[in-house]
Amino acid sequence: MSAIDTIAVHVEPRRPWRHPLQNVTTVVAIGVLSALGGFGVVALTGLAGNLGWFVAFVGCAVIVSWIAGRFRSKVAAADLVATVVIGAAAATVLIPWSSLIYTVVSKGSEVIYTGWFTHDMSVTAADDAFNVGGVSHAIVGTLIIISIATLISVPIGIASAVYIVEIRGRFSKMVRFLTQAMSGVPSIVAGLFIYSTLVILVFEKFNALAGAFALSILMLPTVARTSEEVLKLVPEDLRSASYALGASQVSTTLRVTLPTVRSGLVTAAVLGVARIAGETAPLLLTSLYLVSFSTDLTGKPMATLPTYTFGNLQIGTENAVARAWGGSLTLLVLIFILFLLARLLAGRGSGK
Amino acid sequence: MSDTPQVQVKAITVVRSGGDKVFRGIMTAGGLTSLVVLSLIAAFLLYRGFEIFRDFGFSFLTTSEWNSGIDDIGTDARMGVAAMLIGSIVIALIAIVIAVPFAIGVSLFLEYYAPKRLRNLLTAILDLIAAVPSVIYGIWGYVVLMPLVVQWAKTLNDYVGWFPLFSVPAPIFERSPFVAGILLSIMILPITTSVTREVYSRAPKDQIDAAYALGGSRWGGIRTVVLPFGRSGLVGGAMLGLGRALGETIAVFLVLNLVFKVNLNILSSAGGNVASLIATRFGEASRYELKGLMAAGLVLFILTLIVNAIATAIVNRSARGAT
Repeated sequence: MSAIDTIAVHVEPRRPWRHPLQNVTTVVAIGVLSALGGFGVVALTGLAGNLGWFVAFVGCAVIVSWIAGRFRSKVAAADLVATVVIGAAAATVLIPWSSLIYTVVSKGSEVIYTGWFTHDMSVTAADDAFNVGGVSHAIVGTLIIISIATLISVPIGIASAVYIVEIRGRFSKMVRFLTQAMSGVPSIVAGLFIYSTLVILVFEKFNALAGAFALSILMLPTVARTSEEVLKLVPEDLRSASYALGASQVSTTLRVTLPTVRSGLVTAAVLGVARIAGETAPLLLTSLYLVSFSTDLTGKPMATLPTYTFGNLQIGTENAVARAWGGSLTLLVLIFILFLLARLLAGRGSGK
Repeated sequence: MSDTPQVQVKAITVVRSGGDKVFRGIMTAGGLTSLVVLSLIAAFLLYRGFEIFRDFGFSFLTTSEWNSGIDDIGTDARMGVAAMLIGSIVIALIAIVIAVPFAIGVSLFLEYYAPKRLRNLLTAILDLIAAVPSVIYGIWGYVVLMPLVVQWAKTLNDYVGWFPLFSVPAPIFERSPFVAGILLSIMILPITTSVTREVYSRAPKDQIDAAYALGGSRWGGIRTVVLPFGRSGLVGGAMLGLGRALGETIAVFLVLNLVFKVNLNILSSAGGNVASLIATRFGEASRYELKGLMAAGLVLFILTLIVNAIATAIVNRSARGAT
């Protein structure tokens, strides 16, 4: 072996971004010790089950990391404990969320069969077996009501954003503030309002259109806020260039600014839809629920997925509750699809 | 005439075309919709509930009873939202007390601890979870969460039951304000987190780096720079969550036992909630009771509007960088 070979073998690139061995071993040691401690606590005390073990694990991790840190310094100990606590908080919030998704998927999939999406409940009682009946009426109803709500609130929402960002009129600040305040209107209050106006005064019966109006009240702030954020991203140069070419404000806004952020505005609309797709309370006061398929906007109540779920839950028998889970799953899938759509559209970047 | 030329600054005047004027008018109308809708809501609820305020006056806010009388015009009626209002606030406070520490933890984790990929994944999950409808939270809360929380409530009652807040008149722990509060805390976590996260992400980077340069640890930087910077934003986020929690209907409806009596024993199976009251009584309400519900709706509307307006003001101020 020559000397040169030996040297060549020993030259290694430094990797300052890699965690030093000491850190890795500390983390592993804390993890193992806490896990063991967790088992010990569960075995010795009243804590039980996976959740009990998790609590004990976090508790032990805090203690162990404090001790481990004390080998170095007080500052290091505080840092380690903070890291463990913050990481534990992030991990903890995932528990209810994953439980929710898991429960809805596992319980909901039990009742879904091929006819689920093509039948309604007009000849099926909530208690019937799971091979009859379905939610086609509720899906269609949800889509109809959401579409109308979108048609109402998207133009107004975008106009509101244009007023704040493009027009910059006298009331800009107030409009922004009110839009934000409006996003906090309780959904049941929106329902009560539409009930006391459209349902009692105008149509004199529960109807789908009223439901759409109630939802559009809830949707408007989301659309307006998101559109405003998106419009703010348009570079000022673009507007100046358009004005310099002699364009009026109308054509600058309609032909330059808005097309630039087209995909962003679509995202705003989709986020608004996702916000209202699952609203139940306002619909109970406006569009109510109907067991059969209907496209009548003003003369009859209309079924929606949230009210279908809620109604079956209220019936409370075993099969009805199972159907409620099915409705939940269908609703959840619908909303997730909308979200994927929003992400895809947003990810495409700003239009041409 | 002097030789030095007079410098004249020409004022820029904008001459708007007719089309522009129409366009600006339409957009202004769109912008003012929120004002119109908010005023209309207040006006109509006041108009519908006026009779109630006339009949009961201020005692509508201080009475706990909910008796709509024996006929349609409210003979012998005694209605008030005191128990419901206090119940709403109690539940919302439980939700906030539980949600805020987690919101801080998750925001700090996302901003300062998580690697980029994990952060993107968690943010996507957070956005998605924020869109889960309340009826699904309700059914999950009833079936999965409640049995668990009942266990915790029993344990709490066993160990600290001597404390009035945790004592119960009868050992029934289902459908208590505690259950509703925990469910709500899970529901409002996304919105509270997104606000606190937004504020924390604006913490001055140079000051954090300065903390590192002085030999501080990551926690040192967070404790001395990020947390003080984000304090008012945190308050704003918490209040936004509070507004949401106050107005939540269906989820609370499903996991709360409405009792028309002020009850501060949060573990016992009796609570109040204005929104749930409206949802519960709406279906079978007499004409007179319906007016009562409208009045209750107005109270709820004003309460949430105040909370939200304060929250929005705080968040906007802290977003501008004031601490």
